[in-house]
Amino acid sequence: MTDVEIKTLTMNFGPQHPAAHGVLRLVVEMDGEIIERCDPHIGLLHRGTEKLIEYKTYLQAVPYFDRLDYVSPMSQEHAFALAVEKLLGITAPERGQYIRVLFAEITRILNHLLNVTTFAMDTGALTPPLWGFEQRELLMEYYEGVSGSRMHANYFRPGGVHQDLPEGMLDSMEAWIKQFHPFVKDLEVLLNDNRIFRQRTVDIGVVSKQQALDWGFSGPMIRASGIPWDLRKAQPYDVYDRMDFDIPVGKTGDCFARYLVRIEEMVQSARIMEQCIKALRTVKGPVRIDDRKIAPPRRAEMKSSMEALIHHFKLYTEGYKVPPGETYTVVEAPKGEFGVYLVSDGTNKPYRCKIRAPGFPHLQALDMMTRGHQLADMSANIGSLDIVFGEIDR
Amino acid sequence: MDELGDYIARKSGATTGIAVRLGELMLETAPDKLVALLTFLKTDPKCLFAELMDVCGVDWPEREKRFDVVYNLLSLQNNQRIRVKVATDEATPVPSAAAVYSSATWFERETYDLYGIWFSDHPDLRRILTDYGFEGHPLRKDFPLTGFVEMRWDDVQKRVIYEPVKLSQEFRRFDFLSPWEGDIPRILPGDEKATKTS
Repeated sequence: MTDVEIKTLTMNFGPQHPAAHGVLRLVVEMDGEIIERCDPHIGLLHRGTEKLIEYKTYLQAVPYFDRLDYVSPMSQEHAFALAVEKLLGITAPERGQYIRVLFAEITRILNHLLNVTTFAMDTGALTPPLWGFEQRELLMEYYEGVSGSRMHANYFRPGGVHQDLPEGMLDSMEAWIKQFHPFVKDLEVLLNDNRIFRQRTVDIGVVSKQQALDWGFSGPMIRASGIPWDLRKAQPYDVYDRMDFDIPVGKTGDCFARYLVRIEEMVQSARIMEQCIKALRTVKGPVRIDDRKIAPPRRAEMKSSMEALIHHFKLYTEGYKVPPGETYTVVEAPKGEFGVYLVSDGTNKPYRCKIRAPGFPHLQALDMMTRGHQLADMSANIGSLDIVFGEIDR
Repeated sequence: MDELGDYIARKSGATTGIAVRLGELMLETAPDKLVALLTFLKTDPKCLFAELMDVCGVDWPEREKRFDVVYNLLSLQNNQRIRVKVATDEATPVPSAAAVYSSATWFERETYDLYGIWFSDHPDLRRILTDYGFEGHPLRKDFPLTGFVEMRWDDVQKRVIYEPVKLSQEFRRFDFLSPWEGDIPRILPGDEKATKTS
């Protein structure tokens, strides 16, 4: 018998592929149906956000954060707002903080709804996305209500939020939460005991605790591997320390555990929303800091006050100067730890603004997760990573 | 936090500076001691910085060693963050942290791509974010915001071609530093007369 040399087959996955969740190109080396190695080629959506921010004032930089992870815009504005506040040495007023937490949790539900349902679609289920997107549209109306925009809100600002909530929004949110709980149950009925979904996800892409730490995991990814770590509890910001909620932790670290963690997080987010709504009914006052050197005056004020007019002009042309310093500020974004490393040199523009996207290290671990799996498991793994290329490529 | 900084400096002997600013602990070290320091921070029972969350570069062109490489570590055990900084220049490589933390691989590739900082013993130092065949390192301060080349579809050649950037309007960058607030000393036209002795 002669030795037969088996050559691996190199295959291109993407850049245009429905299961790639964006423009991801994977160069996969395959031995038959088994993946030997996979090399993600990223950067196809690179827009130079960090460079652009260096040429903008602090206020002008906020909209760029919406466009990073376009599925969870407000969480990222939150990180930048907190970083600038830290350098300026200010804190947002209480009502502003409650509104920020409320909308950060709406953002989490928005993100998880998209991820859980498209993950189901990657494994062959078509109904969950149709149902989930209906709920997403309802939530985006709240985005539109406060900011005028369904997605790119530009609502969280250093020093608070841009505007107070419109009349009647809290009632409408309460009604939404009431119908959301049965919806999550329906979604679980569709997927939890679904034979196909289980076969595609259970024991696929198992990540141990040690691996999760080594590869810099955070958010639902690290919790699914059994590490109870959540920045909202461990290093609380804004009013998270006053909120009562639980952290779901997975046991197995496989794709199914990540799915379960995200489902439970949505329920917990709805709980936080309820508490914020209750608090916002009693906590009144300004929603952003009352310092004319940082927050612009109200439009009505500008009609009669010359000083307000000058402040408005100066803030929207020159902006404010931030004292020299550096900070690495993080928030628990829906996808994991979203960090902003901000260096200021004392001028009105950031000297350096490094964006730490949670999806970046997660995607890096894809090679480790998929080795030895079949090609079909690749799309299940990518779906459970919850990656969005706006933030990975920046 | 000061205590932890002193402890690390004493025990590891690999730091050249410690600072606590805005409630964040910062260490400075030399490139040749970096891997030893990171290994110490990861394994020492008082530190246990098990996760490397971020690596990035910062460019200070006026300095002799123009780049800072910044490592942000997180200890889940002690709920503590720490920042490690290494200064380097275009030619001197920084030892790669990929052997200590697997997550460093891509972060260092990104730093190399955007700043041109070299990492020695890196398993796979390729460009990551910029285009295939891209030239230059875009996040350096001397790299223009508009870049050097732009690409378009050429209908004659039936392919995408690269051309030097042509701007119909020059990029405008306003100087907001007011001469009256004294952020930087500068001479206004006519100032020289005030000091001129007759």
